Amino acid sequence: MTLLVKTPSATRMAVRTAVILLIFVVVFTSLLSAAYLSTRPAIEAAAADEKMKLISEVLPRELYDNDLLKDALQLPPSVGLGNDEASTAYRASKAGKSTALVFEAVAADGYSGKIRLLLAVAADGSLLGVRVTQHRETPGLGDYIDPRKDKNKERPWIRQFDGLSLATVADREWRVRKDNGRFDSVAGATVTPRAVVKAVHKALQYVAENRQQLFAAREGVEK
Amino acid sequence: MISREEFRQISASGVWHQNTSLVQILGLCPLLAVTTNLVNGVMLSLATILVMAIANVAVAALRNLIPHEIRIPVFILIVAALVTVVDLVFNAQFHELYLVLGIFIPLIVTNCIVLARVEAFANKNPPLQSACDGIFMGVGMLWTLALLGGLRELIGGGTLFSGIDMVFPGLSPLQLLPADYPGFLLAILPPGAFILLGCLIAWKNWVDARAAARQAGRGHDQTPPLAITGRI
Repeated sequence: MTLLVKTPSATRMAVRTAVILLIFVVVFTSLLSAAYLSTRPAIEAAAADEKMKLISEVLPRELYDNDLLKDALQLPPSVGLGNDEASTAYRASKAGKSTALVFEAVAADGYSGKIRLLLAVAADGSLLGVRVTQHRETPGLGDYIDPRKDKNKERPWIRQFDGLSLATVADREWRVRKDNGRFDSVAGATVTPRAVVKAVHKALQYVAENRQQLFAAREGVEK
Repeated sequence: MISREEFRQISASGVWHQNTSLVQILGLCPLLAVTTNLVNGVMLSLATILVMAIANVAVAALRNLIPHEIRIPVFILIVAALVTVVDLVFNAQFHELYLVLGIFIPLIVTNCIVLARVEAFANKNPPLQSACDGIFMGVGMLWTLALLGGLRELIGGGTLFSGIDMVFPGLSPLQLLPADYPGFLLAILPPGAFILLGCLIAWKNWVDARAAARQAGRGHDQTPPLAITGRI
């Protein structure tokens, strides 16, 4: 009988462990939130720095003489860009004439999550360059979409897009070679390039559809 | 505190006898995906060493507060929270390093090695010993993954240290085999990793078996063991 008295009942036991688990959850979730909030400004600043560096990679310096970050345009979320929140586009101009647009697009169907891209499109609709800004593709396999990780340093995979436009490449060609398109991919990692090619294609279509607002509105802004 | 003998035992077990990749065969998913070259293998291991040491210390320090019945969910909570904090702090404070190492850190959250060490070691030992265990388990992983990554890279593409320029700008990969080496894709793909890992495990067992045979030969005289052929 003494044994029965000493052993806590099942209910008491369950409540006790539940409370302890709850305490652990609260403590570690607060730790997480604190870390998130305290590191957020620094992370955002670093990301903005990186963005400027990236912009200089897709957009040749000689194509603009304006302050890019000042001539920003808010783009609403759209299917064409694949994003579900508003994004910023930067308009490049030289001697008051629109030369290019730098904007973000998202490929939602990467191998593991979203792939964020930065694109520069010239006023004639051709791609100046594409870069990956954020991805979670498998290191060493799918991450060759990032030219810094690409083994082919002379002609990184992502540079295949340079100079292409909807006018020079037919709709059905916007696929990886495995799907009878024109873009190379590395064997064993086709999902990643497939997603990027699709997103770039959709983004170009978006620019073509919204050409008026994207390129022509700048006189109104300046004068 | 930690005695010399204890330290020797923990380090030997982590680096060789309980090697995570060759003996425990744990955490194969990131291992096989990432070790396409030597640099990636080393980077993943460095990130794992860091995370395992921190997770082990945290669990060892809290081990008396964690009820036995719910230890696994609590361990997962601790490991996941700490890894995320490490990820955030790296991103904010050491952004350059984060660009190199950062992508490996989220991979470690899902790595069962961390949970296995927390459960098998840190749960029963003081923080200092647990830190050593985490570090040396990671060192064991480091040399194995470096070897595996180096072999895959060499067989697959004929190079060594590709990607080194990400870590140390200015250094360039070595081309060990002739430039017209056609490459051997299987070594780079996951099946190649399985095959090479199998070879490494066989090699380790062979080394151990030889050592055991030598020991046995030295330690005993050659009288055959008593054979019992029948009972009355």
